[in-house]
Amino acid sequence: MTAFYFERLVEIFPFFLKGLWMTSKIAFISLVTCTLLGFVLGIFRSGKNMMLKRIIGVYVAFVRGTPFVVQVFIIFFILPEWGLQLKAFPAALLAMAIMGSAFICEIVAGGISSIPKGQWEAAASSGLNLVQQLRWVILPQAMKVILPPLVGQFVLLIKDTSVVSVIGVMELTRVGWVTVVRIPEGLMVFSLVGALYFVISYPLILLSNYLEQKMAV
Amino acid sequence: MLADFNLRIILEYLPLFLAGLRSTFFISIVSISLAVTTGILACACRISGIRLIKYPAIAYIEIIRSTPLLVQIYFLYFGLPTLGIKVPEIQTGILALMLNSGAYIAEIIRAGINSVEPGQIEAGVSSGLNYIQRMRFIILPQALGVTVPPLLGQAIVLVKDSALLSLISVAELTRAGQTLTSERFMPSEAFFTVAFFYMCIYFCLKALADWSQRKLIFREAY
Repeated sequence: MTAFYFERLVEIFPFFLKGLWMTSKIAFISLVTCTLLGFVLGIFRSGKNMMLKRIIGVYVAFVRGTPFVVQVFIIFFILPEWGLQLKAFPAALLAMAIMGSAFICEIVAGGISSIPKGQWEAAASSGLNLVQQLRWVILPQAMKVILPPLVGQFVLLIKDTSVVSVIGVMELTRVGWVTVVRIPEGLMVFSLVGALYFVISYPLILLSNYLEQKMAV
Repeated sequence: MLADFNLRIILEYLPLFLAGLRSTFFISIVSISLAVTTGILACACRISGIRLIKYPAIAYIEIIRSTPLLVQIYFLYFGLPTLGIKVPEIQTGILALMLNSGAYIAEIIRAGINSVEPGQIEAGVSSGLNYIQRMRFIILPQALGVTVPPLLGQAIVLVKDSALLSLISVAELTRAGQTLTSERFMPSEAFFTVAFFYMCIYFCLKALADWSQRKLIFREAY
């Protein structure tokens, strides 16, 4: 019986590749948006505007204090009540962007605050304006602190894309979930799903380990 | 927007939410204790010199860390019955959380042990202490202090991860929100209440983690 199901599984393997493609698409788009948003938020969070810092602080606390699956439900079920009807795919991207940017914001803010104040002062007295100070003096140094946890966060974000399967986005986990109904070999089906996730996230884990060793001073 | 936020329905469903909260507490406490045990064991295997236990431990840690928790939950939920093992969903869920957090905790402990300077171990060796004595008297007392804050961080992650058990119909906090949504279709009342309870747990654990960070990492004091 197992051999029979194995053949069926091989037959529908292209279906899994489609799921993998969807997962990669969600992961890639959200990694890019999260990084950009996260850096902007992180820079403001470590800036001087108190009002803005507080608002970002509340946002980060809300995101970090609640499970991602609850956030997905809030976005998918509650936004329509407020008149914003989103399809599953954009809703998934929105949820990922909100969640990921909050985590990356904290990493970036931590990195920037690790730079001694003297560096800012030296940059300011060299006649650089605020953007130039950040671009040429602060961020290049902060990147050393930011990069290893950032790559680690990327791995977490890729894995979190599995949660958006709950609102029906046809990504890898959802494909496994749909398949297991027809091929009742849970171990086999989800080993395959797990192996495909492993293929995308393990190289990033290795990269994160490498960066951690290299950047450790 | 929130003008028609119905507080009465929350009060009506409060017993359900509180039961869910209690269940979340129970699942989290049981899972974190089991996960710490698993983590210590896995870490001991991981840092030992015996290949026969070292490589399986590495495989376990790396596989868990590079696959999503939801896939692990489904793997056990759909996989255990095919092996002829029939357990209630809640036990499957606790097993998944235990295995998942165990791998992360093994890495946390390993990082703590590695943070002890090699000079200290050499000093131990030259004082004539054997491996177990060095672990007991030199490495672990220093490593444990470093380990506590990230362990509490992992506990926060675990509480949030336990929300995924709602997807295999374990009656915990998020599931209470889903029930309210499907019975009355009031998702804002349901999920904002759920989020509120998770935030409470988060802030308590976060305060504890910050406090332990200040207290226990004495090396940064000077």
